[in-house]
Amino acid sequence: MVLLELALVFFRIGLFTIGGGYAMLPLIQHEIVSHGWLTNAEFIDIVAIAEMTPGAIGINAATFVGFRVAGVFGSLVATGSVALPSLLIIVGLSNFWAKHKEHPLTKSIFAGIRPAMVGLIAGAAIYIGRTALLHDPLADPDLWALPVDPRSAVIAVTAFLAVHRFKKDPIKTIIVSALVGLLVFSY
Amino acid sequence: MKQKNTTQPPAGGAVLWQLFSSFFRIGLFTFGGGYAMLPLIEKEVIDRRGWTDRQDILDIYALGQSVPGIIAVNTAIFLGNRMAGPLGAVAAAAGVIAPSLVIIISIASFFQQLQESIWVLRAFSGIRAAVVGLVAAAALRIGLRTIRDKRSLALTSVVFLLSLFTSIHVVYLLIGGAITGWLMYYVFARKEVH
Repeated sequence: MVLLELALVFFRIGLFTIGGGYAMLPLIQHEIVSHGWLTNAEFIDIVAIAEMTPGAIGINAATFVGFRVAGVFGSLVATGSVALPSLLIIVGLSNFWAKHKEHPLTKSIFAGIRPAMVGLIAGAAIYIGRTALLHDPLADPDLWALPVDPRSAVIAVTAFLAVHRFKKDPIKTIIVSALVGLLVFSY
Repeated sequence: MKQKNTTQPPAGGAVLWQLFSSFFRIGLFTFGGGYAMLPLIEKEVIDRRGWTDRQDILDIYALGQSVPGIIAVNTAIFLGNRMAGPLGAVAAAAGVIAPSLVIIISIASFFQQLQESIWVLRAFSGIRAAVVGLVAAAALRIGLRTIRDKRSLALTSVVFLLSLFTSIHVVYLLIGGAITGWLMYYVFARKEVH
């Protein structure tokens, strides 16, 4: 039955995705095409909706594919299955982890991983920045020909200050920025 | 690196509900990839609940990227498991997944119209721009806590540049960081690790 197929496929996808939800998308594409569930054009829909809705991209993609293939139950099965490998691995290894985390060797490794992580996050900020601030797909043709969209730049800087300097809640910042977006963008 | 229990979690069902609801909030306002989740985790898990601190969350995030699966889900599972064992892991994971399930099931039928709605496009342009600022702030805030010496700063900079200008996969960058840490702080250790 198709629910079982969905479960197996997404369990496998969850098991072989390392490094984030975007890495999951090619795997999903391959599976939906080889199983004949959806077309490539519909896959583009999946990416669009996954980016548009709240939640991590990987979760959204799994939920949407599941829904398209087998309705509400399909989405529950797909999403649950994609999360299951993580659950088993992390909970299964937690004892091992707890035993070894105070060891100087472990500590030294994490003393290296943490700065690396900070570098990655900073890099992510720039990477997202390139897409959000430079790329204006429905650009007003008569806006000044600047490389950076000034409205997005102002929102980004304001959000940064709001959270960093004025300790505002990021959730409220997101809501306000959505409202500001409604006002200032003129697509 | 030590496990900090800055607050004592309430017993039993209450902590499961807290895990679910905290991660529900986080999942609800994460727009885009897993990094967008970080500022929300900071606010909710560190500042509001006191379940962990800024140094620790990096370890969790790093592990979350190194283990198979979706970062958001892995992070939830790590924290949930730490707070309340396997049930906590399930509660946290369910929390972070639930908003997606509900919203996507609700809008899947008419998301075509949504995609073309100018209101949605405008609002999302605003949100995307804000996420840039939020992630940058998170990087700065966490960086200030984490980078204690010139070696860490150098490592951070190198990884930062590599992640932007090469296509080296995140996992390899983290492995590189791990090996560098091992070399710098274990093999050629000069002083104690904080």
